[in-house]
Amino acid sequence: MAMIRLEGVSKWYTPQFQVLKDCTLSVAKGEVLVVCGPSGSGKSTLIKCINALEPFQAGSIVIDGAKLPDPKTNLPKLRSRIGMVFQHFELFPHLSITQNLCLAQEKVLRRGHEEAMAKAMMLLERVGLTAHAHKFPGQLSGGQQQRVAIARALAMDPIAMLFDEPTSALDPEMINEVLDVMVELAGEGMTMMVVTHEMGFARKVADRVVFMDGGEIIEDRPTEAFFGSPHSARAQTFLSKILAH
Amino acid sequence: MLGSLDFDVITRSLPYVLGEGLRFTLTLTALATVFGLTLGTILALMRLSGMKALSVPATLYVNLMRSLPLVLVIFWFYFLVPYIGQFVLRTERPVQVGAFASALITFSLFEAAYFSEIMRAGIQSVARGQAAAGSALGLTYRQLMQYVILPQAVRNMLPVMLTQTIVLFQDTSLVYVISLTDLLGAAATVANRDGRLVEMYVFAALIYFVISFGASLVVRRLQARMAIIR
Repeated sequence: MAMIRLEGVSKWYTPQFQVLKDCTLSVAKGEVLVVCGPSGSGKSTLIKCINALEPFQAGSIVIDGAKLPDPKTNLPKLRSRIGMVFQHFELFPHLSITQNLCLAQEKVLRRGHEEAMAKAMMLLERVGLTAHAHKFPGQLSGGQQQRVAIARALAMDPIAMLFDEPTSALDPEMINEVLDVMVELAGEGMTMMVVTHEMGFARKVADRVVFMDGGEIIEDRPTEAFFGSPHSARAQTFLSKILAH
Repeated sequence: MLGSLDFDVITRSLPYVLGEGLRFTLTLTALATVFGLTLGTILALMRLSGMKALSVPATLYVNLMRSLPLVLVIFWFYFLVPYIGQFVLRTERPVQVGAFASALITFSLFEAAYFSEIMRAGIQSVARGQAAAGSALGLTYRQLMQYVILPQAVRNMLPVMLTQTIVLFQDTSLVYVISLTDLLGAAATVANRDGRLVEMYVFAALIYFVISFGASLVVRRLQARMAIIR
């Protein structure tokens, strides 16, 4: 049973410039899907279409029964059920770490402050940042901020998590602390769609790898098969480039 | 020459100049700032809404107000507001609103145009990713603005907003064209009555300076305290 299903999704920025070409894929419950491909291939745009942060002009997306595009779909409600982690963290800089974690719990899920705080502290402990609870985002390192961002998304008890290049803006020594949290999450059976260049992570936890180029899904195969012998020349070139070192 | 000056006139007129004049000036400044900021924020949101039906009227309004001299608007509104009231309320006669209400409406509407430009720049200064992050958590547009975008926009724009308020504080002296007694008006009345022009105008200038300069010092402190840690 697919939790997320994309059917022929196409998007144009201008009539001449098509960023997504007829993209079809599905993510089953509990599945971890890694999306990779050269920059400008439309990976980030695709993942942002799933929680309607980017509109698209053709095709459809169904997430746990909610349909896009559909005027009857309550977008804030849909988004509150899908966690999203951004490349540049996007913590709210004017709020403390706990306030970052509580805001949407209280305003969207209407949880009481006590309950939201308890959830926030539990998640901060899980990502190993209890000591920083009362600091502000600007006082944390990039890796710490991204772990807070993951905790903020998890605080909403999402049915699936989307990661848009979660480690691309990090210094190399901080990448692993974020990936460790993601590996743990995958191990717990969270449904995940991850845009990343971290092929080690993909090999370790992904059930399937999707390779995109020029707005098209070129390959969509089980992880072992993808790394063992990519079908397309483009995927082979891409892999040889990023695995060379 | 200084020997012929009589600074006692200041002491004698203190209750009138401060109690009536300054109080009027501060009241008008405070109320016009509150209304101007509120309306200005709404105008800024309209301009940034991306909906032509909202952004075009807001843009026209802001550009019109910013192209007119304040004195002209004060004067014009003073004569026009009663007739607008008559039209809106469908009364038989022009609605008498009084000079103070007329001045307050004028300053609020006029300052709204300037505050709207400040708020617009403030909102645009908040990184686009913040809106995406707020939306992704399920916040509605209103919640996103209220809890994420506007608090950051206001912090970013605080110095400019306070500077605009200080300008407004000084501009309130223009109400003399509709015969209202503000700080400067009160000082001028005493100056003419007692023939003490130098003393009274120096005194008025000193009060404007102390309040404006004092306010800018407060702003600097406030800004340091409210600054977002980056």
